[in-house]
Amino acid sequence: VLHTTRPLHTTQQGLAPLPPLPEKGGEVRYGLIPEEFFQFLYPKTGVTGPYMLGTGLVLYLLSKEIYVLNHETVAAACILSVIIYGIKKFGSDVAAFADKLNEEKMAKALAVKNEAIKDLETAIEQEKKEQWRVEGRSFLFDAKRNNIAMVLETNYRERLLTVYNEVKKRLDYQVAMQNLKRQKEQDHMIQWVEKNVIQSITPQQQKESVAKCILDLKALSKSAQAAV
Amino acid sequence: GPLSARRLLDVRLGELPAWLPTCDFSPQGLLGGVQKAWSSYYDKYINVKRGGPAGISMLLAGYCLLSYGWNYQHISKISFLVSC
Repeated sequence: VLHTTRPLHTTQQGLAPLPPLPEKGGEVRYGLIPEEFFQFLYPKTGVTGPYMLGTGLVLYLLSKEIYVLNHETVAAACILSVIIYGIKKFGSDVAAFADKLNEEKMAKALAVKNEAIKDLETAIEQEKKEQWRVEGRSFLFDAKRNNIAMVLETNYRERLLTVYNEVKKRLDYQVAMQNLKRQKEQDHMIQWVEKNVIQSITPQQQKESVAKCILDLKALSKSAQAAV
Repeated sequence: GPLSARRLLDVRLGELPAWLPTCDFSPQGLLGGVQKAWSSYYDKYINVKRGGPAGISMLLAGYCLLSYGWNYQHISKISFLVSC
């Protein structure tokens, strides 16, 4: 658990952020002697003091042969003059180039930092949006509950319908069975009656009925002819 | 501050004999002293945003003087018998 109330970076020594580098180095005169030396001698000897000291020192070294003049002196003089000429001529260009490199490095680092800040800000906004969405959870769950209730209701009604259909089918079957039985009984009875009746008709009765029919027909044809 | 906590340039001339024994002349102490001196020089003249030739030129001049001092014995014996 991060205690967000605890203050961070309260001590002096923090590793980040580092203090920025100084713009320019310490002042140096003629590229060799720091300015502090001149300031150190200024109260007692004024402006020309260090120069007099330097001249006296050089003359002393030369006269006492502590500094020996030989071929190396000439070589050193030539090398130094070339170096000083080079620095005077190309110094500013090299400095500009180095500054440009530094600028590019800084720009890249700043771009990375800004990129990171932007990404974090978008992340914060998305997080806030997600938190806002969470509030709508209750609606979501209500809708889901409604859906489920409807599905249950539908299922229940479907099953009710199935039950009704099945029961009706069975009852229809029973009814059909009864009808069929009755019909079969009827047919059977009719057949039996007809059979018995036909059996009971003797040949004598048949001849009598056929003669009667012929007489009836003759009478009818006579009446029909009379009608025409 | 106290004498032992001061650096060489802050010690007055009269206090020098009293200050010398308070120095740490053990190997670690000497190494620490050298490191402090180098880091103070580095931070003042080299580790800056827009430095100039002064930073390394002073080091090179010091190196020239040091090597001249080491070779003085040999240089002072100039042979006059040059081929001419």
